[in-house]
Amino acid sequence: MASTLYDKLWQRHVIEEQAGETPLLYVDRHLIHEVTSPQAFANLRFHNRPLRRPERTIATMDHNISTRSIDINAAGEGAANQLRTLEKNCKEFGIKLFGMGHKNQGIVHVMGPELGLTLPGTVIVCGDSHTATHGAFGALAFGIGTSEVEHVFATQTLRQTKAKTMKIEVKGKVAPGISAKDIILAIIGKTGSAGATGYVVEYCGEAIEALSMEERMTVCNMSIEFGAKAGLIAPDQTTFNYLEGREYAPQGDVWQQAVEDWKTLKTDDGAVFDHVLTLEGKDIKAQVTWGTTPGQVIEVDAVVPSPDDFTDPVEKDSCAKALAYMGLEAGTKITDIEVNNVFIGSCTNSRIEDLRAAASIVESYAAQGKKCSDKVTAIVVPGSYQVKEQAEKEGLDSIFTRAGFEWRLPGCSMCLGMNDDRLKPGDRCASTSNRNFEGRQGRGSRTHLVSPEMAAAAAIEGRFVDLSE
Amino acid sequence: MEKFTTHTGLVVPLDAANVDTDQIIPKQFLQKTERVGFGQHLFHDWRYLDDEGHQANPEFILNYPQYQGASILLARENFGCGSSREHAPWAIQEYGFKVVIAPSFADIFYGNCINIGIVPVRLPEEQINQLFDTARDAGLTLTVDLINNTITNGELTFSFELDNFHQYCLEQGIDSVGWTLNKLDKIQSYEDKLPAWQ
Repeated sequence: MASTLYDKLWQRHVIEEQAGETPLLYVDRHLIHEVTSPQAFANLRFHNRPLRRPERTIATMDHNISTRSIDINAAGEGAANQLRTLEKNCKEFGIKLFGMGHKNQGIVHVMGPELGLTLPGTVIVCGDSHTATHGAFGALAFGIGTSEVEHVFATQTLRQTKAKTMKIEVKGKVAPGISAKDIILAIIGKTGSAGATGYVVEYCGEAIEALSMEERMTVCNMSIEFGAKAGLIAPDQTTFNYLEGREYAPQGDVWQQAVEDWKTLKTDDGAVFDHVLTLEGKDIKAQVTWGTTPGQVIEVDAVVPSPDDFTDPVEKDSCAKALAYMGLEAGTKITDIEVNNVFIGSCTNSRIEDLRAAASIVESYAAQGKKCSDKVTAIVVPGSYQVKEQAEKEGLDSIFTRAGFEWRLPGCSMCLGMNDDRLKPGDRCASTSNRNFEGRQGRGSRTHLVSPEMAAAAAIEGRFVDLSE
Repeated sequence: MEKFTTHTGLVVPLDAANVDTDQIIPKQFLQKTERVGFGQHLFHDWRYLDDEGHQANPEFILNYPQYQGASILLARENFGCGSSREHAPWAIQEYGFKVVIAPSFADIFYGNCINIGIVPVRLPEEQINQLFDTARDAGLTLTVDLINNTITNGELTFSFELDNFHQYCLEQGIDSVGWTLNKLDKIQSYEDKLPAWQ
């Protein structure tokens, strides 16, 4: 029978499917960080259970570290305690840790792929909802809770119910200047914030195949923002080229065998999906969120919607609440919305290509003698030390700093504001991150999700800009 | 994990869709390394006017006098979306909720509830609307019965479904790690067959 990519990944990893029990799935790679792991380690210790496969777990520090200093104490006592606890736990249970200032340290979903820890055909989990990022390589990757982290520690498996399948095809080409972020925001705008709950999504079509690995990661990263269990893109030559020679990727004959195997990881002709959504690449425009869920998104050349634009009473009510929180009036042109903060970073958009894209906008403004607006505080936070090093080699850091942006150390930073990179009440931020929830970047702060290009332009103009004009 | 058979308690109707886990437990409270101490911060930014949590927001429904002691949370669609933080169901449980009723839940949150013994009840929109109407107008006390899979207040009775194994785990208070550790031989023989690259 014709199978989807998800069916194939599932089939390869099922250890046991017993009547009356949730199927047991093998986990190839477990990524951990300081925030969602301590209670799982504590329970292992409490039950006196060993960590079954320490070599399959990799740890990094990312969520609450300072972006100004590599001192473990720099982001406060609570953060330091969690970071030290991670150090202690990794030592005790024999786990490799990329700690403060290590050359491989970075946001967990930037670090894994760039080291070749993320491989096609594997199951990858992490106590973080943006684990879907790794699906860009044709890995079944999803976020888990701390009880599940403990389950993986003890057994190297998880109990999972099989999801439904959704195909999202983006046909043809997107217009020049349209980024992967615009593609995924446009998809979420179509499905709504829960449109894929219960589904694993496979992205395909010409516009998706044309994306680089960095761009594919941006797309898959935000799968959770419309409820998907995971997002997948079938591995192809772009994937293999990206992975070959990376530190933890297979080498030599084993690499060859792996590639041969990975080439079979695609949806068969005639395979049936539970749901299909099709978009035309040429119709996708630059996107800006206006509300407090990622589904509340609109084209940059449009106006802020009104509750009257919605028929569903729940959506109507959500729109009214979002406008009140965001301090926006229906009918305002998106390009008239002024921002006083810009954040370029996060597991969605902090990779080298994202920084190049933002820097190229900054450079084109610099050629006209323009810099960051006086009213705007703008920070650039690379996703990892490898990204930082590469960017500095290319001189991107000086492009940013000359224009008035701050160039920071890697970490999750203002995406969730667990460290001191937080907005004040009423601040309005153009952010390349993934969530515009109330208070996400600081209590009372207002977040607009955009692409790196849009964020860079907003920093200079002090408002959103339609770059296609 | 505690066993769950039936529970009778007061319902608090939280009339909001897409309640994300950042609202349930904001980031500033995620720096603990224990599982306890989250209940007092549940819905912090909605529940308190100040950052310290000294000044209750009288307009937030959890602070209404008539809903004190509530143990069943009624909400709208896509409850628990966003971050995978298990701190969210920990906070809900520690506050005193045993059951959350909504038309739909985000997947990770739903699984986290099952794993710590909170019963997530999915009901059709229409029944949810009925419950909201009743809970708003007068106090609504419901009995959630995991033997018959019903919720009832005597007049209204609705049935709900749970996955067989989830139901078993909740009823028996199963330690799911211990359960899987009984299958180590199967896991080992799976691992023995893995290709070199994997």
